[in-house]
Amino acid sequence: MEKVWAIVLKDIITELRTKELFSSMFTLALLIIVIFNFAFDFSSELIPVAAPAILWVAFTFAGVLGLSRSFALEKEGNSILGLLVSPMDRSLIFLGKMISNAVFVFVVELIMIPLFVLFFNYDLGNTLFPLLLVIFLGTFGFVSVGTLFSAMASSTRLREVLLPILIFPIIIPVMVSSIKLTAAVLSGNPISQAGAALQVVVSFDIIFFVICAVVFEYVLDE
Amino acid sequence: MQAVELDIIVESVAKSYGNFQALQGVDLRVKRGEFLTVFGTNGAGKTTLIKLLSTLTKPTSGKITLANHDIKKEPDKVRSLIGVISHDPYLYENLSAIENLKFFASLYGIPQAEEKAIEMIKQVGLESRMHDLVRTLSRGMKQRLAVARAIVHDPNILLLDEPYTGLDQHGSRIFGEILKLLKSQTRTILMTTHKIEEGLGISDSVAILSGGRIVYECDPRGVEIERFKEIYFEKVRV
Repeated sequence: MEKVWAIVLKDIITELRTKELFSSMFTLALLIIVIFNFAFDFSSELIPVAAPAILWVAFTFAGVLGLSRSFALEKEGNSILGLLVSPMDRSLIFLGKMISNAVFVFVVELIMIPLFVLFFNYDLGNTLFPLLLVIFLGTFGFVSVGTLFSAMASSTRLREVLLPILIFPIIIPVMVSSIKLTAAVLSGNPISQAGAALQVVVSFDIIFFVICAVVFEYVLDE
Repeated sequence: MQAVELDIIVESVAKSYGNFQALQGVDLRVKRGEFLTVFGTNGAGKTTLIKLLSTLTKPTSGKITLANHDIKKEPDKVRSLIGVISHDPYLYENLSAIENLKFFASLYGIPQAEEKAIEMIKQVGLESRMHDLVRTLSRGMKQRLAVARAIVHDPNILLLDEPYTGLDQHGSRIFGEILKLLKSQTRTILMTTHKIEEGLGISDSVAILSGGRIVYECDPRGVEIERFKEIYFEKVRV
């Protein structure tokens, strides 16, 4: 696991110096929330229905933008080949990159939550921690898939176009379920009330994390 | 009679990318401690050969053994025994020299990675630039740092893919001195290049790769550069 944390630390140091991923992800997420807030006149009845979906649209599109750059940065100067000629198990490389990507996406999501509350006039009250849990579970799933597909798409010229095309159909179940869970939490209901959605998210996370970790080796080989 | 130990064995290796045959029927044997240079023009298959040896890709057919380990069956073991230096330095541009070496040292499980990284930086003469970001270093300095990265885990086998690419006269001279030092440490070295002057003088054996095949091999000691160039241009198929 030391090697995994070495990859995570390397990515965090790089991002702190360049702020390339964070700035683009944050800008897009903020833009989405602002546009939806001002473009539609949401009534108080409509906000609980629409707001969770808007939140996850912002998270997902911003996340995909960050994921598409994640492996592109590794490809610049072929620095990833230095990683691949080392005796590090490919699934551990996946784990390291996945954790890095998740950290960057989580940071953007944590910053977006108070802005979301501000724009949609929400009182989170006791729902903050359940909301964070739902965000964690949903993000884990799409970052796992996104890390794999980001590696696949990084070798192509059309990676920014290809990644969303590859990833969005796969993550529909976890996104829809995360939206349902978020709606349940924001309306003050316990998570267990959206039990079926919770099962889908947790199952998706486990299954796709394992699949992506195993398949990652074949994606990296030429 | 003592059996010669072979560190690199390439047996009837072929590599194809779709319909394109990059290598076909390649046989090579490199003795322990030997320095082999493989010459070839652009597109001859030199980089493909290095990628196969460094486990970045698998052969379509044939067998490759490094230090008695089959690269298909024991790729992680092979990776722990080799160091790779390419025309790309395989470094992270937004990390400093010392951060890069600490990172790679940790990937090889080297204890006290920072001390090892400092030792390697001193060895390649980059002590004064160790805290500078790699993107601020010159091409020659990056290549020296790449050498440090490749030998941080003290590998027995070094694979060099056109390492002189982009180096000016001064950089080439310094890199040549580093290569001589690496050779004196009795590592097994396989280098590919299209520049005859770089490889001929330092090598124990040479081969010429053309159209994905080994078309010539010899012991270059005593062979004049001009004579070898004649042979090279005869053998190379454009």
